[in-house]
Amino acid sequence: MQKKAINFGYSITPDRQIDFDANDRGICKRVALAEPSLNLCISCGTCASTCSAAIFTDFSLRQVILLLRRGETQDLEKAISKCMLCGKCQLVCPRNVNTRNLVIQISKALGERPPVRQG
Amino acid sequence: MTFDLFVIPFFGGLLFLIGVLFYKYSRWIALMDASDRVKAGMALFSVSLLKTLKEIFMESLLHRRMFKRNPLLGYMHMSFALGWLLLIAMGNLESRVYSGGHINPPYYPIFLKFFIHDKRVLPFEIFTLPGFFRFTMDLLLLFVLSGLVLALFKRTRSKWFGLKRTTKHNSFDKWAITSLWLIFPMRLLAESLTAGIYKGGGFLTNTLGSFLAAFLPEQSLAYPAWWAYSTMLGIFFVTLPWSRFMHIPTEIILIFLRNAGIKQGKYPGSFSEIELRACPRCGVCIDVCQMNEAGLTGSTAVYFIRSLREQQSDVKLNSNCMMCGRCLEACPVGIDTLGLRVGARGIDNRLMTPDFAYLPQKPALEKKAEVVYFAGCMGHLTPAVKSAMLLIFKNAGIAYNFLDEDGSICCGRPLKLAGLAESASQLQKENTRKLKETRAKILVTSCPICYKTFHSDYLLEDMQVMHHSVYIDKLIQEGNLVLRPAGFRAVYHDPCELGRGSGIYEQPRNVLKQITELADVAEERANSLCCGGSIGELQMNATQRNTIRNGAINILCESEPEVLVTACPLCKKTFQSANSIIVKDIAEIVAENMIKTGVKQKQTELAFMDAGS
Repeated sequence: MQKKAINFGYSITPDRQIDFDANDRGICKRVALAEPSLNLCISCGTCASTCSAAIFTDFSLRQVILLLRRGETQDLEKAISKCMLCGKCQLVCPRNVNTRNLVIQISKALGERPPVRQG
Repeated sequence: MTFDLFVIPFFGGLLFLIGVLFYKYSRWIALMDASDRVKAGMALFSVSLLKTLKEIFMESLLHRRMFKRNPLLGYMHMSFALGWLLLIAMGNLESRVYSGGHINPPYYPIFLKFFIHDKRVLPFEIFTLPGFFRFTMDLLLLFVLSGLVLALFKRTRSKWFGLKRTTKHNSFDKWAITSLWLIFPMRLLAESLTAGIYKGGGFLTNTLGSFLAAFLPEQSLAYPAWWAYSTMLGIFFVTLPWSRFMHIPTEIILIFLRNAGIKQGKYPGSFSEIELRACPRCGVCIDVCQMNEAGLTGSTAVYFIRSLREQQSDVKLNSNCMMCGRCLEACPVGIDTLGLRVGARGIDNRLMTPDFAYLPQKPALEKKAEVVYFAGCMGHLTPAVKSAMLLIFKNAGIAYNFLDEDGSICCGRPLKLAGLAESASQLQKENTRKLKETRAKILVTSCPICYKTFHSDYLLEDMQVMHHSVYIDKLIQEGNLVLRPAGFRAVYHDPCELGRGSGIYEQPRNVLKQITELADVAEERANSLCCGGSIGELQMNATQRNTIRNGAINILCESEPEVLVTACPLCKKTFQSANSIIVKDIAEIVAENMIKTGVKQKQTELAFMDAGS
């Protein structure tokens, strides 16, 4: 039986440490091989600020790239599916990252990864 | 004598070729959609067949489009195609002169001079029936040989033929082309040697035969020469279905299907299979491709098509293309290279499954207006273009709705060009709903990419889609907008999607001529260059894009204009990044040089101007 805790008005946030040993960073490497300009990204967020999709939903290519680099790829598939490939981010990117191909390559790498084992 | 062992390589090769073609044709028919099959069947008995026959004669035999490209190149192709066909037809008729009108076995007319030695005919006689045929056959052989001489020259002097680069051949092509080139010299040799022995032949074979007789043992050489001739024909026929020369029997089918109204449809499908084989690898698309400048020589249309035909589809090769359509414009066969590329990309990118369920189902705009304006994603990236358009609307006194004022939903064309038509249709559906709810009569868009897809992919019923350059032209013609000449020198860059993609060349020029001194550009209208910023291109890096951009600017600015004008926000943004010339959109130029403000003020303002002058 669950004990009812006293509400102090704050809660414990989930652990946010990034465990590089547990995370799958292979996908990031595969994407970087297919689209080397990924390595140029400085996470400035210009892409996210101009994004056509971001006006309607919470989608940020900057965040996608950060998560990809950390190997936190669990929810990436859903995130990346919001992109309309319109190309605005590519035109504003100060580092000339080929963002459109990056999105395609991330989708591909995620789609090609073996299904996650249950349990 | 009507048979000899040496005809076997030819006859065997011919039977093999007919067998392979029969198999391929049946497969194409089997692969076709039922509705297309009905269309093709109907076309066999309709007036379009006449059109087809005319086109086959003009393009497959005379090579009209090749002539347009370069007369020497056209003549070379014509001499082979028309010359050889006439040789076969005339040879057949000639053989009937000797068989009393009967049809002979297929090899008989081909090797007629081996079987028949008509000593009644003099070598230079042309006014009797057998003499006429003998003369004509020699003349036709000379016609084909002249094409062969040109083909040899083309190997080293391709510039004479208007080609800087020529196609690299694979091994089947090399076998086929070598045998093809040897067929006619071997025929000349065999006929001349035989003519020398029997003192027969026409003006060409008799002369050469008598000359060779002076120092060659013709008796012992003639028979091997006939073997060589037959063998070359055999090799050509056997290699043909896997070489570039498969285009000969395929192009005819393609022309027929196109005139029957059959579209490319799904990839891979029957029509695309036929298109892939209809490519003659003539190489006309190589020089026009700007990807060469960026060092990406392998993805040119001809090699892309070959890779698909050889089932070696390559992601890099499929992705490296700006979809500018210059190859499509140049292709003498009219193969839809872009459609094939989109099809191949669809397979490459099939793992990308966008989902746009998040798009808000917002109700229609409150305001009702005749005109709805759509800036598009690229329009929002170039605020000057957007503001200029709003200013023009205001000054012309047009009531409008700004559909994507708070941000665009992409038109779907970028997804479509990446081969993801189904995902694009999600966006199309949402945009169509929003557009229809405005109940506007005219949709004005600033982006040619949006224009192209709104115009050709969307079903907007009675809503007229206009690119802003066309709309401005309309405003001027209706008297709602008056421009003043500013006198500066300008050149106009045709955006790919607006020019080649949608056929709009004149309206932007009409507008600009009222303001600027518009200079001509070496590569304009249908031959216009791509700016390098293309959203059709998927993999090229920024350096390569810049190389292409700079190349285009160099050609555009040969006349040293003060301003480079374009009608596409993406082209503007791309050219601007070079920092070498002032780049403006046509809407900006117009907004800066309008003298009239609104319909209602029109009369008073004109009266004022009259009074002033």
